[in-house]
Amino acid sequence: MTTPVLDLRGVAYAYPGGHQALFGVDLHVHPGERVALLGPNGAGKTTLVLHLNGVLTPGAGSVTVSGLPVTDENLLEVRRRVGIVFQDPDDQLFMPSVRDDVAFGPANLGLRGAELDARVVEALDAVGVADLADRAPHHLSFGQRRRVAIATVLAMRPEILVLDEPSSNLDPASRRELADILRSLDVTILMVTHDLPYAVELCPRAVVLSEGSVVADGPTRELLSDSALMARHRLELPVGFSI
Amino acid sequence: MGSAPGAHLHVEGDTVLHRLPAHTKLVGLMAFVLAVVSVPSEAHVALGALLALGVAVLLSTRVAARHLLPRLAVETPFAVFALVLPFVAVGPTTALGPVTVSQTGLTAAVALLLKGTTGVVTAVAFAVTTRPRDLVRALQHLRVPDPLVLIASFMVRYLDVVADQLRRMKVARASRGFSARSVRAWPVLAAGTGALFIRSYERGERVHLAMVSRGWTGAMPMTSPLSATPGQWATALAPALVAVVVSVGVRMAG
Repeated sequence: MTTPVLDLRGVAYAYPGGHQALFGVDLHVHPGERVALLGPNGAGKTTLVLHLNGVLTPGAGSVTVSGLPVTDENLLEVRRRVGIVFQDPDDQLFMPSVRDDVAFGPANLGLRGAELDARVVEALDAVGVADLADRAPHHLSFGQRRRVAIATVLAMRPEILVLDEPSSNLDPASRRELADILRSLDVTILMVTHDLPYAVELCPRAVVLSEGSVVADGPTRELLSDSALMARHRLELPVGFSI
Repeated sequence: MGSAPGAHLHVEGDTVLHRLPAHTKLVGLMAFVLAVVSVPSEAHVALGALLALGVAVLLSTRVAARHLLPRLAVETPFAVFALVLPFVAVGPTTALGPVTVSQTGLTAAVALLLKGTTGVVTAVAFAVTTRPRDLVRALQHLRVPDPLVLIASFMVRYLDVVADQLRRMKVARASRGFSARSVRAWPVLAAGTGALFIRSYERGERVHLAMVSRGWTGAMPMTSPLSATPGQWATALAPALVAVVVSVGVRMAG
């Protein structure tokens, strides 16, 4: 078996206020996998995601990214390997132009000049928005901003792309186009979502997080067909949708 | 609140001023304005000439008047102050048509108007020919401390976002029958302002998270350094040089 891209063992975390968000999470994601992370609101999904690149440090347990433990000394390399795309592109795109924003990550890694320019073009090309390089983020449509947000992370050539609600607020056409793009990327994907049809479409495997623990892990179709499991963890397919 | 001011200051074009690197323009603008301010207030002719120079620079951008005029409106409060000055200042008086006004107030008012207008027209000339992105790069290039550059850059980026949020809150209030007609509406408006402040603060936290997640360690990477030829520097500094010569000349003559 290959080294997992993500290897979480017994990750537990309580917020400083005392609220315990994660109770010993075990999760392994292997290279090339596309995994959906499902769960009701408040299940701890976002808390878990913030552990993947060391923004939060587990109270107990360990996080390893392609064999590299997430510790203070390894933070920059961990953040290169784990690319998180946040839900609101307005949070992710903070520079005055698309080009500067996509360059931000690789520049933090020390890239400059022609190499940096090439990286920016490569990332924008991967999501099909190379023509937007000189635009200001606030002049783009929501769908375009979401794609640029993904490019900002791809520019760091991550080993795993972590997407927080990638389909939220997209119109059906943008949603489908984004699915095509995600499928075309040669990168491991962990996708946090409430959009179960999207999870079925894109991710062969799903993990259900509920009340801070992994309660199910298996083929997405199988999990979503298990109506008892679904009901227990407040997961519902849209009306009229069947697997 | 209409469309956010500032966000659409820049107007595309291909004039000398458009092509000059942003940092040379910024230095030229600062030097010019400082030199103009240093001209003694009584030298109205010299100040008038410098205003003409400023207007010429503005016209050289070939930006349509309908874009320029609204931007010049920023001077209105100063103009109003200048108009009031002759009537409220003390000291020797002089007759101005049917009214008697303060002599020093009048001199100061004319100087204020001339200097203020010169500053505004040149600043607008800079703003309409410089992309916000280049302004940020210029500040970075001129070694302005990172926190200040970041604040300027975030302001450029998020003005629209916050203005949009404010607009949505206003619509949401109006949709529930609210109209700000009396003092009793103030608590509602205050609560709205507070909510906007907190949302912006939370957005700040999320943006910071996104920055940290992409390897930010506290220093802005300088990704595309600016460069300028001596010729470009000379062009950018020419108006400032004229203003310095005028200022020194007036002082020598006086």
